[in-house]
Amino acid sequence: MKISKFSQLSASVMANAFYAMKNFPVMLVNTILAPFGLLIIIFFVSHGTLLNVGILGGFILVMVNNGISIQGDLTHLRNDMKLQDMLVSSPVSPAIYVAGIALSELVFSVPDLIVLSVLAVIFIHISVISTLTVAAVMLLTFMFSISLGFFISTISRDVIEGWAFMGLISMLLSTLPPVYYPITYIPFPFRYLAYISPTTFSAIIAQSSIGFVKFSASFILTSWIVLIMVSIALIVFAVKRSIWREE
Amino acid sequence: MVKLIIRNLSKIYKDKRGKRSSALKNVSLNLDINGIFTLIGRNGAGKTTFIRIVSTELLPTAGKVYLDGVDVVKNPKEIRERIAVIPQEAELIPWMTARENIYAYLLWRGFSFKEAKKRTNTIIFRFKLEKYADKLPRKLSGGTKRKVLVALVISSNAKIIFLDEPTTGLDPISRKELWSVLNDLKKEHLIILTTHYLEEAEELSDYIIILNKGKLVKSGTINDIRDAIGYPYAIKIFKGFKKNIRLTGKVVKKNDGTFQIFSDEITANNLAKKLINRKVKFSINPTSLEDIFYMLVGDINKGEEHEN
Ligand SMILES: Nc1ncnc2c1ncn2[C@@H]1O[C@H](COP(=O)(O)OP(=O)(O)O)[C@@H](O)[C@H]1O
Ligand SMILES: [Mg+2]
Repeated sequence: MKISKFSQLSASVMANAFYAMKNFPVMLVNTILAPFGLLIIIFFVSHGTLLNVGILGGFILVMVNNGISIQGDLTHLRNDMKLQDMLVSSPVSPAIYVAGIALSELVFSVPDLIVLSVLAVIFIHISVISTLTVAAVMLLTFMFSISLGFFISTISRDVIEGWAFMGLISMLLSTLPPVYYPITYIPFPFRYLAYISPTTFSAIIAQSSIGFVKFSASFILTSWIVLIMVSIALIVFAVKRSIWREE
Repeated sequence: MVKLIIRNLSKIYKDKRGKRSSALKNVSLNLDINGIFTLIGRNGAGKTTFIRIVSTELLPTAGKVYLDGVDVVKNPKEIRERIAVIPQEAELIPWMTARENIYAYLLWRGFSFKEAKKRTNTIIFRFKLEKYADKLPRKLSGGTKRKVLVALVISSNAKIIFLDEPTTGLDPISRKELWSVLNDLKKEHLIILTTHYLEEAEELSDYIIILNKGKLVKSGTINDIRDAIGYPYAIKIFKGFKKNIRLTGKVVKKNDGTFQIFSDEITANNLAKKLINRKVKFSINPTSLEDIFYMLVGDINKGEEHEN
């Protein structure tokens, strides 16, 4: 029999995203609303001046939240349905299984991306270059978030433990750091703390691409390098940690 | 016929603190099997460990396993197209209907969309699941859910099916229903089954291996095992027996006041005549697997750890 890798990839996407959305649309409500809470607060507190930055923050938060969700999903499928054991003893490879689940997390972010894109078009007047820049930043943000989520799924024994991590990580990566507001609002020496989170660099690049903040070219370049390095490191780390057949 | 060769298979688990526990100890087998191959043993005997190693989910600590001509320890990918597994305590994905569960599994196995759809419909028809196919698992009984899982692995083209305690937790009626499904399937598939229900092993198995504390205690067909034990007959003398006859063979007095005598054919014959003459009430049967298990390793229900 010819094995279709496309079928295998689609199976993960369908099982983890399409069927869940179709049979339990209520699951979408929480996912969709997630980026808008902070956006609304930022909008009022700044009298509207941070709306464009907030929208960019929304894009980043959506990537982070949906990326790290892979941890709960993989843990749940592995521990509570024993799906991983079923699939290990089948022709599907771990890379395709996990890539499909990762894609399914991206599918979950589509409704938010549509709403945010509409807002961006209306309120940001974003150029082609900055659109591409923000898209690249989002992709990198998604990749390191997926890798981080995947890594945590390999160490969390059950879903409950995973959820505990997840809340913490979501806060450390998207609520606390200067994602919804410019880093220049943080006074020194606290600003150094913000650099611990890779999302700070995502936001710096995105915000400067629309001209909201001005940084030197070398600082932006450094931000890119940090973001790319963190993404690669986390991906390598996740791949190293991955266990398909147990020892 | 499928060849299963196992040489000195051992598994030692190490937990995070470095504590070691030995789940399989030097198990060896060399068999041509078909039909239903059953592993029996108490909780903790090593059944799941055995299944997980042979089905390429787990690496052994030592030993070799060849299934259908493939070295599964070295070349797991070569066998994976030919096998399918329902792990112990596996569940359908709760946010997908029975049909969607089957369909997704087939896609994961790499069937084209068209072929997966066709196979899904065929298996739903064959297992008479039409009424349940479009329901979510929470709307299905335990027995039906288990049947859907069996349907799901059968719908693939795997010729070797591993089922780890598929009937545990089911009510007696669902269990018997699943037995008839399995009896039907064994014509086309080799089924490697585990159970701690001895009557189930007796009813279904073409070949049995008995595991106890990680060791292979006995293996063979139920008749082989009976003969090997040397007591192919079990005579049960009902309550109130005065012991006015000398009992030969292996005699066990049970807590409920009955006597169980295990013996060979001649002894059983002689004893039966005497009992009839003295008008003692008794029954005579081939030794059951339960009796054999009792003789070999004691009570099946005295597991290492009780789960149910
Ligand atoms: N992942 C594991 N880590 C440590 N010990 C384990 C693990 N899995 C099983 N064991 C131990 O190995 C022994 C055999 O377990 P198992 O193969 O599950 O038996 P069975 O399926 O017959 O109940 C038991 O003592 C069990 O506690
Ligand atoms: Mg078990």
